[in-house]
Amino acid sequence: MPHDHDHPHDHDHRRGHAPPHRHPKRADQDDTITQWKAMEIAVRELLIEKRVISAEEVRQQVEEMDNRTSLQGARVVARAWIDADYKKLLLNDGNAACEALGMESGPYKLVVVENTEQVHNVIVCTLCSCYPRWLLGLPPDWYKSRNYRSRVVNEPRDALMEFGTMIAKDRTVRVHDSTADMRYLVLPMRPAGTDGWSEEKLAALVTRDSMIGIAMAITP
Amino acid sequence: MMNYRGIHDMGGLPAGTVEPSEHDYALWEKRVDALLVLLTRKGLMTVDELRRNIEGLGLDAYDKMSYYERWIYSITQTLIQRGVISIDELGRRMAEAQKRADGGR
Amino acid sequence: MAGAESVAPRFRAGDRVAVRAAYPIGHVRTPWYIRGKRGVIERLCGAFGNPEELAYARPGLPKQPLYRVRFLQREVWTAYGGSPGDTVDVEIFQHWLEPA
Repeated sequence: MPHDHDHPHDHDHRRGHAPPHRHPKRADQDDTITQWKAMEIAVRELLIEKRVISAEEVRQQVEEMDNRTSLQGARVVARAWIDADYKKLLLNDGNAACEALGMESGPYKLVVVENTEQVHNVIVCTLCSCYPRWLLGLPPDWYKSRNYRSRVVNEPRDALMEFGTMIAKDRTVRVHDSTADMRYLVLPMRPAGTDGWSEEKLAALVTRDSMIGIAMAITP
Repeated sequence: MMNYRGIHDMGGLPAGTVEPSEHDYALWEKRVDALLVLLTRKGLMTVDELRRNIEGLGLDAYDKMSYYERWIYSITQTLIQRGVISIDELGRRMAEAQKRADGGR
Repeated sequence: MAGAESVAPRFRAGDRVAVRAAYPIGHVRTPWYIRGKRGVIERLCGAFGNPEELAYARPGLPKQPLYRVRFLQREVWTAYGGSPGDTVDVEIFQHWLEPA
């Protein structure tokens, strides 16, 4: 469902965000209590009383996920753009490449797929919502939606067009369906006009959506 | 013969335009997410059980419930299946939580 | 290396394989759309616990070899509207694959 902004923007959502970005909450989020909210409260309280988890652990985990944006992924991409050896490592062993930058590599195996002049990659989890959360944060609603999960796998070019991304007919589109223990990151192409840029400046061009594959990195 | 197909197994089914919607997660949703992370990290449930219990929802419920509503349903179902919590204590505590919320602050 | 803990891999990158056309109920991670289709092993991902068992709080052992299998989209979908070289890569567990 498209939302309204309460502050002026000139970016196009379809191009993805430089992190982080705030959105209005859905109606009836924190103000009323549904059966599901009552369930969450009940389960959490029961588990804390049974000493299965602690309130502090919950608080800490919530905070950790709050702090996780696509910046981690952007750093990995920016490093690969400027360092050919790192890029090789990233494509061969994504987990080792994360660790090399002092990042946790997550419990899943990271497969990084490279966009080139010949190939464009896009990621989906048709069966649920598997996503490289430790690099990109929580997945957006659309990634988990019926329409995305149904159509990206058999109509990738049409779906990409709906995000404003057109892939030329002579470029191959590769869809990756994240069905088991792998998690995927697209290594977008480095935009033109960025020669000599610092890693930090380059990272700001790498949007979450470009690492999912529904958009390109920002061209300055 | 129509071959059995899970309600979640939707790759290639006809569907509508992808709406590029997103929302900031409410606290209760973040807590549900945290619950799953903590429980799986502690070996008290697996993400596979999470998925399987979500897949057990009817198609109507699957499409009508929000993402984290499905998650809390599934986590709770899993904990019941594993004997970590009982249905009785769940029901009582949910009613209590409802009462607290209705009673106001 | 085969043993109690994991099944030995049968396939290597480049092997042609077919996905079994079976339709059981239960927690299965082989998508419906790919069953009965033929593709090529893109890589062996490693051996992992069987989700069909893990979903029922069972150990999921022995671990099963998991592969990324590459399919030509035009061979998966009738009337695929993209380019002839377009592919879909899917992670599939060994017990769902047969030599093609």
